[in-house]
Amino acid sequence: MAKVIIPTPLRKFTHNQGTINTDGGTIKENIVSLAEQFPDLKKHIFDENGDIRKFIRIYLGDEDINVLDKENTKVLPDSVVSIIPAIAGGKN
Amino acid sequence: MNTVTFSKEELERYSRHLIIPEFNIEGQRKLKSARVLVVGTGGLGSPLLLYLTAAGVGTIGILDFDVVDDSNLQRQVLFSVDDVGNPKVEAAKKRLVGLNPHVNFIVHNIMLTSDNALDIIKDYDLVADGTDNFPTRYLVNDACVILGKPNVYASIFRFEGQVSVFNYKGGPHYRDLFPSPPPPGLVPSCAEGGVIGVLPGIIGSLQANEVLKILSGIGDTLSGRLFLFDALTFETRTLKVHKNPETPEIKELIDYDQFCGLNLNGKANKEDVKEITVEELKALQDSKEEYQLIDVREAYEYDICNLEGELIPLGAILDSVEKIASNKKVIVHCRSGARSATAITQLERKYNFDNLYNLKGGILAWADRIDTSMAKY
Repeated sequence: MAKVIIPTPLRKFTHNQGTINTDGGTIKENIVSLAEQFPDLKKHIFDENGDIRKFIRIYLGDEDINVLDKENTKVLPDSVVSIIPAIAGGKN
Repeated sequence: MNTVTFSKEELERYSRHLIIPEFNIEGQRKLKSARVLVVGTGGLGSPLLLYLTAAGVGTIGILDFDVVDDSNLQRQVLFSVDDVGNPKVEAAKKRLVGLNPHVNFIVHNIMLTSDNALDIIKDYDLVADGTDNFPTRYLVNDACVILGKPNVYASIFRFEGQVSVFNYKGGPHYRDLFPSPPPPGLVPSCAEGGVIGVLPGIIGSLQANEVLKILSGIGDTLSGRLFLFDALTFETRTLKVHKNPETPEIKELIDYDQFCGLNLNGKANKEDVKEITVEELKALQDSKEEYQLIDVREAYEYDICNLEGELIPLGAILDSVEKIASNKKVIVHCRSGARSATAITQLERKYNFDNLYNLKGGILAWADRIDTSMAKY
């Protein structure tokens, strides 16, 4: 099982859990596995066409899946997948 | 470069820099001849300004339009109780001049906009972005790309921080990482979502370190990398950031509120949402007219202060339509009036409500004008 690190803004959809174990051989399968466990998360990660939203980046280890094999990037049982959203705070 | 000289006082002040072999007096000269603009004088801006000033950056621009508020003091270590109510840029300058009289400060008591950003930023070598909202993030980025200035970026939310260096020596910029912002309401600001007070101190200090490295030319910067820090778990990650061939070329500044889906707050759409003032709500309370009051904030905000409205957070509003009356006046409120306007627009678009009124200025206005004993946050 791979480990997905959930960013703070999305933790309200995972009962405040910061890491979730997911199943699947690819990024897509693991993210779908994640969304099945937490259905409220789904619409915040995927758009109406089922594509990953543009304000979210998915990383395998320290690498952006967009320069690997995108959603078909292979995920190993000991892989760490990060969901990185844009956050904007800093002044107030 | 050698025309930059130092007084005896300056040499003594910067001696701990001068004796670092790879930094030395050349690094200090580069700092002194540099011009840095710090956008946002808040959580991140506080450590940034303090350390850049202490380190001896020659010219520092301080940009903010806000005044110091009681709720700032939990993390904005530039300010004191005496500063509350005063313009942030003036309070900051007063503190910083006391810290290092050898620095030239330029105060911009103004909101950065598409109309003034290029004119302000063009006079600086580098921008450090410590703002608190997506429209300004994209504005700062695009202006830096157009003008060819490095953008030292940091951002925080609750326990989580991000740091990177954008648009430096042909490296990626903010839009390469995040082509478009999240929809309004998903990622709350610190004012809505909170932030642990020490986090901006940590993240803003890392940001200041990147500024000093770029100015002095030493070390490996975070260009092409995104540093992440989780203060709760003490997990850190450094991820790679690449230039994205699909990122459109930035040729001019745009309407960033519209780009970020925030035109609800802009002039164009504000008239579309019916409004009620806090005085009118008070009169309504005192009358016998029936109405419903809905609070679209989060439960933890409700616990700080409330108007005894029915709590339906913005994210759940469309799924809670059965709780919203259609046969009487419904007043919708949040902290400042922004989220409630979004809620009303969503409800009107999807369910054709015509009886919804936005409480202008939100519960903050109520605390200011109706019940001054109410806690503001």
